[in-house]
Amino acid sequence: MSVLTAILVFGGLALLFGLILGFAAVRFKVESDPIVDQIDAILPQTQCGQCGYPGCRPYAQAIANGDAINKCPPGGDATIKELADLIGVEAKPLDSAHGAEDVKKVAVIREDECIGCTKCIQACPVDAILGAAKHMHTVIAHECTGCDLCVEPCPVDCIDMVPVPTKPETWQWDLQQIPVKMVATADQES
Amino acid sequence: MTADPKTIAAGHIWTFPGGIHPPERKELSNTYPLRELPLATHYSVPIKQHSGEPGDIIVRVGQTVLAGQPLTQVGVGFGLPVHAPTSGTVTAIGPGRIAHPSGLPDIVITITADGKDTFAPPLPIQDVATASRADLLEQLRQAGIAGLGGAGFPTAQKLALQRPLDYLIINGVECEPYISADDRLMREHATTILRGTDLLLDITQCPQALIAIEDNKPEAIAAMQAALTDYPRMQLRVVPTKYPSGGEKQLIQLLTGRQVPSRGLPIDIGLVMHNVGTAYAVARAIDHGEPLLQRVVTVTGEHVAKPGNYWVRLGTPVEHVLQVTRYTAEINQRVIMGGPMMGFTLPDLTVPVVKITNCILVPSTAELAPPQQEMPCIRCGACADVCPAQLLPQQLQWLAKAKDYDGLNQQNLFDCIECGACAYVCPSEIPLVHYYRKAKAEVRNIAREKAKAEVARERFEARNERLEREKAERLERHRKAAEARKQAQAEAVKAGADNPQDAVQAAIARAKARKAAQLKEQQANSETDGESS
Repeated sequence: MSVLTAILVFGGLALLFGLILGFAAVRFKVESDPIVDQIDAILPQTQCGQCGYPGCRPYAQAIANGDAINKCPPGGDATIKELADLIGVEAKPLDSAHGAEDVKKVAVIREDECIGCTKCIQACPVDAILGAAKHMHTVIAHECTGCDLCVEPCPVDCIDMVPVPTKPETWQWDLQQIPVKMVATADQES
Repeated sequence: MTADPKTIAAGHIWTFPGGIHPPERKELSNTYPLRELPLATHYSVPIKQHSGEPGDIIVRVGQTVLAGQPLTQVGVGFGLPVHAPTSGTVTAIGPGRIAHPSGLPDIVITITADGKDTFAPPLPIQDVATASRADLLEQLRQAGIAGLGGAGFPTAQKLALQRPLDYLIINGVECEPYISADDRLMREHATTILRGTDLLLDITQCPQALIAIEDNKPEAIAAMQAALTDYPRMQLRVVPTKYPSGGEKQLIQLLTGRQVPSRGLPIDIGLVMHNVGTAYAVARAIDHGEPLLQRVVTVTGEHVAKPGNYWVRLGTPVEHVLQVTRYTAEINQRVIMGGPMMGFTLPDLTVPVVKITNCILVPSTAELAPPQQEMPCIRCGACADVCPAQLLPQQLQWLAKAKDYDGLNQQNLFDCIECGACAYVCPSEIPLVHYYRKAKAEVRNIAREKAKAEVARERFEARNERLEREKAERLERHRKAAEARKQAQAEAVKAGADNPQDAVQAAIARAKARKAAQLKEQQANSETDGESS
């Protein structure tokens, strides 16, 4: 009798928990793999493909599947450190096979040389180039991620990658300030 | 003591932690009455002189402008216009020096003065008593009024927040050494300041105002006290001299015993604060229709022969100010915009005076020693004792050096008001505030980059989606076209035309027949060969 009770009790419990878990699995279903989203959020979204994947999200997917975390030159050491913290692996120096960390750049089209071939428009991963066939193209500077992908397809080599200029808003205090010299004015010289 | 309303109304003065007592040196400049600075030959007006977005330029090179004519206009929302400081011709629009510690250029409108100083007709509010709140705010915005205390936040924007208020605080503390611009303004224009305060009370629908002055300005206190008899809604509060009691959060703590929450605004605790200079500008803008064209600037330091407080038109090059006040430069002379605690050294003298310029300081090496070699921290803890925000300056410094931005957030870096008290007392001459400013700029840059990356991600995903969609559409189009062709054929056959399929079948049949014929022929040949052999 007691054996039967035990079987009934545990069977009942198993059924109950099974139902709860089953319900939770449906009710709290996770749409996508959250770790990929988290990795994607850390990557710089340059979409440059220097890692060997066609964009940041595919690389995030690859990292989630166990690829190395040191293949992103635009992110540099800061990104590697963040990724290492997130997925609990050791931070490695940037893999030089994929390029070196560089200053932030923006593409600029020399507009009088542009022939309007639209090849750069097709290459741009973030649709930051504006133009139409046989019309001049231009880069929307604040949308450009500086990925470099438009430079190679240009048949007339009229695209330059120039460093993003520092503005007073983005300027950083320089700790090693050079002592400022005053230039004597005409008034003083007299 | 708790911060109950009765104690505040009774005039109790609380205290705030930390603070320092540097030499005040206000006597260099505060004994001279306000003077008008003679006009310069040219002015360079940066289009962004406040915190926020610049307006759109509405003048061309070569255009003649009158004093007070707007040079930029702003749309709805953030931003303030700038105005021509005198009449003359616009001679250049382009990158030029601005009043910023980086020395980086920004867009500047250069005006060559014609010397006549003709004013554009002012547009005062006709009937202030019946004017709507929105009209008054628009008037302040069009007058280009930004907070003249230092941060340069657009005044109309600050006033536009509608929350229940207990007190409006008018800040005439002016705790920074050397500066006496607010002091002289209060001594000579007390009634206009109080008129502006009255207007601010009406606009904010605030019941009462507190006017705070440090006890080292007895003349200003007397002048304001005398003028206050006409304004029952306002009370004077004299606070003890201590730096930085003029800081917004510190003054709130002194007058009300309340603390502004971390990353919060005074309005969150029912308070709003404006500078005395701002109150003056508000009165001039509403009663007289005067845009913000000039401000009081303290020109001081031992290397200025004629120190004092001057009405300086915005856009006047510092060089002109110093020539008029006859400065003498020593080797490696520093010219500081702002006070000795919070100001910055100018990259050169073409920098113009802007809305937030309260002082130009030309010190001798003896009175203000240049920064010394930084030495290692000896952990004396003096910085933590004087920090008015109760932060841990040592800890912040180490975290800033290690670029540990999470740690800096945990230590509330953004509550630092950059008053410089910690660096002032540091025996190792560590430029602590520089470290904090740099770390703050980096944290902001990281946030900006993150926001930009988010936009890039969205655009990348949108593009991928578009490419997929286009591909699917193309395939669908092809499929439909093929189907349509088939259907058209079927219909044509039904209508009695030749079925192309029949032709194909016929051709296949013909080919088969030919093959069969060839095969037969071969067999026949081989048979004859066999027979012959």
